[in-house]
Amino acid sequence: MKVLLRNPRREIDIEGKYSVNSLLAHLDLPRESHLVIRNGTLVPGDAALAPDDTVEIRPVISGGC
Amino acid sequence: MAAVASKCRVCKEPAVIDLPRHNANFCAEHFLELCRRQVVKAIEKFDMLSKDDRILVAVSGGKDSLAVWDLLIDLGYQADGLYIGLGIGEYSDVSGEYAKNFAAARGLHLITIDLRSEYGYDIPTAAKATRRVPCSACGTSKRHLFDKAALDGGYTVLVTGHNLDDEAAVLFGNTLRWDVEYLSRQLPVLPARNGFPKKVKPLVRLTEREMAAWCVVRGIDYLVDECPMAVGNKHLAYKAALNAIETESPGSKAAFYLNVLDNMAPLLSGRSLAAGEELGACTECGSPTTSDLCAFCRTAQKARAHDPVPVELVLSKGRRRR
Repeated sequence: MKVLLRNPRREIDIEGKYSVNSLLAHLDLPRESHLVIRNGTLVPGDAALAPDDTVEIRPVISGGC
Repeated sequence: MAAVASKCRVCKEPAVIDLPRHNANFCAEHFLELCRRQVVKAIEKFDMLSKDDRILVAVSGGKDSLAVWDLLIDLGYQADGLYIGLGIGEYSDVSGEYAKNFAAARGLHLITIDLRSEYGYDIPTAAKATRRVPCSACGTSKRHLFDKAALDGGYTVLVTGHNLDDEAAVLFGNTLRWDVEYLSRQLPVLPARNGFPKKVKPLVRLTEREMAAWCVVRGIDYLVDECPMAVGNKHLAYKAALNAIETESPGSKAAFYLNVLDNMAPLLSGRSLAAGEELGACTECGSPTTSDLCAFCRTAQKARAHDPVPVELVLSKGRRRR
């Protein structure tokens, strides 16, 4: 599947079967600080991802105070 | 099409988000309902706003400020926006576009201020000239201009998009230092006083993840990229630490911050020295201050006397330090 990552913006290809949670764990990204958007729609942690999905992993943490 | 296992706690339709702190999943409609309820609860509990208020929302083009503006309009409040161009290179140019596009698409009024053209300096130059971290010069500039715009425009309340994660991270930092002065002032409502407008934070019951999700579900286009000058600041480190705890023990962030308001704020009430301070008027701009020149005018004076500094120069130096 194609995975879009941010900060910096880049796209990677990942092979294999993943759920949202297992993909985040595979990429070592904390669940609490990311959203996953599959083919333009927000999906929860146990959603299964398919090889033809386009997935955006969006960080949600802002540093301003 | 991949199967979706989890269902909405309310309607049993497919969920779009899991919220471990509520031990529940929600569909889009009921997630939005939850967010509205949390904002209404914060507004009512802390007497933040009334429908008669003239509200000014400080807008950055990021998720939290656009979400809080959207939520207030959605809940029936009248609210204008205020965007400040901070001169942080391309980041500021892009963030301004998001704020303007949001307002234009909804027919909302957005006031814009440009630090460089109207006040003769920008944040990278101020950071260099004052030899302080960029977030310090940025905060000083924004707070002053928010206050001034609210008072000059006759607004009764200034709203900011600070969320539960922001407040928990600030509380974490203040607690690490046991800074009683700051702890006593860290409230979701600051009443109008001594020439400062009333300031409120309606998102204190909602996390950053929830606010980003609000924007995604509502179709709000916001600037996802982080401010380049905030990279590596302490605030982000505190958030990472709290999120590590939250993952192990969902609900910890909310308990940490919201229980302080219930249990500690009454004990600390009246301990703030700043609340009782006699303030004079800044000799340059007339704003309330404890010295001759207010913090904003001191920053602006130093920055205007300095050659303009491109954002890249400040960034490269910051990265070397890390």
